[in-house]
Amino acid sequence: MTEESKTYAYFLGCITPNRYPGIEAATKTILKEFGIETEEMMGASCCPAPGVFGSFDMNTWLPVAARNLAIAEEMDLEIVVTCNGCYGSLQEADHLLRANPKLKEKTNKILGEFGREFKGTTKVNHSLVVFHDVIGLDRLKEKITNPMDGVNVAVHYGCHFLKPREVRGHGSSEDTYILEDLAQVTGAKTPEYKDKLMCCGAGGGNRTADSVQSLEWMRQKLVSAIEADCDCMIHPCAFCHLQLDRGQEEMEKAFGIFFNFPILFFTQFLGLAMGLSVKELGLDEQVTTMPDKLLK
Amino acid sequence: MGTLYEDIIDCGGAIFGNEHLETLRECVQCGKCTGGCPSGRNTALRTRKLMQMALVDMREEVFNAPELWFCSTCYTCYERCPKGVKVTDVIRTIRNLAAKEGHMSVPHRMIGVYVMKTGHAVPIGPDQMKLREAVGLESQPPTAQKHKDQLEQVQAIFKATGYDAMIDFDWATMNLKGMDKGGKK
Repeated sequence: MTEESKTYAYFLGCITPNRYPGIEAATKTILKEFGIETEEMMGASCCPAPGVFGSFDMNTWLPVAARNLAIAEEMDLEIVVTCNGCYGSLQEADHLLRANPKLKEKTNKILGEFGREFKGTTKVNHSLVVFHDVIGLDRLKEKITNPMDGVNVAVHYGCHFLKPREVRGHGSSEDTYILEDLAQVTGAKTPEYKDKLMCCGAGGGNRTADSVQSLEWMRQKLVSAIEADCDCMIHPCAFCHLQLDRGQEEMEKAFGIFFNFPILFFTQFLGLAMGLSVKELGLDEQVTTMPDKLLK
Repeated sequence: MGTLYEDIIDCGGAIFGNEHLETLRECVQCGKCTGGCPSGRNTALRTRKLMQMALVDMREEVFNAPELWFCSTCYTCYERCPKGVKVTDVIRTIRNLAAKEGHMSVPHRMIGVYVMKTGHAVPIGPDQMKLREAVGLESQPPTAQKHKDQLEQVQAIFKATGYDAMIDFDWATMNLKGMDKGGKK
């Protein structure tokens, strides 16, 4: 298979298709532009959320994740994801099941009840890595028609793209470059800001446990990005997107202040730089609005 | 039921391998976990204290502490621990043990309800279908929520592992039992 005809099984998860379909549209459209196809995973479920179901019952979390992996294995394709939660669960489950034959046997006993099996033959890729390493910065640069010169981007990695390092394999979790590279390819700058590495506040059931408290983490993060003169925030995680975008509406209710600080999934940001419209990218249907600076 | 430490090894060990959880014994109470914790600067969660409470078998105190659920599983402590304690996985395992003993809030149990009902923690509704159409996508993705036979496979897993009983799920009403009474603790 040549790189030009590469096809991935797109694991949608929950928030990408069911709350922010603009992320799905942007990702599919741009991948296609570079000759990369995505196929739907028929019957895929919630990943299930790593910090939530992993916190409640790992013995349920694992077979549900394994079933999703098995669907991609049946398609004979590698997986691509647009959410750190999905990445967290699927990659970790794949890692654990490959390392532990007893666990694999136990899991397959459950999946076998409905004729499925985890074999360990797919690979879980984050779309961020596909853009950075498979498409590559040079080819991306060629397609930039609306450069983001003069735009300061706050990069937010989210937690489960980088950590735990021993599973993720992207090097340092504190000295980062992948998202910075993708922002800079558009001509934008990526200033350092105080809470760059801070969690959005949503994970691990924290948002569900106490939403106002979880919004306070996010408020601190956004304030530090604004203080560093950033114009918007880009990230690789649909779940962070829910917190960072919808969370600003909830913050207005909880704290009486609306920041309207623009939040973009990284493919939506690249989409704007490649001349796609706000409407095509679903950016007209979210809480935070895009400033003129991003729309040249 | 052994000590809390023994239960952590038994429960988490089956998934991560015993040696992964046994790193808890290496904790020297330096506090680097608490120092970098995004929750700790905003909540009562003190990761160092939690590790020590687990080591000295303060089961009930740990299970009843609301801050046990204020960890966002960000893994900052896990990456920074100078003794290699797999802190986040220790916390996830403690939460598994707490949940098994009924220490699970109704909103947390509801997440399971959504997945058992639809296959998704965040299901789609009519408004979101319109959002999909507006960006040129099929109104509903071909996931478990759309295909009943696929959803049944997900439900079969929750039945096989006893997750349904753990959260008091009622298959007849497809909701938590006794929701009218506010559910159990």
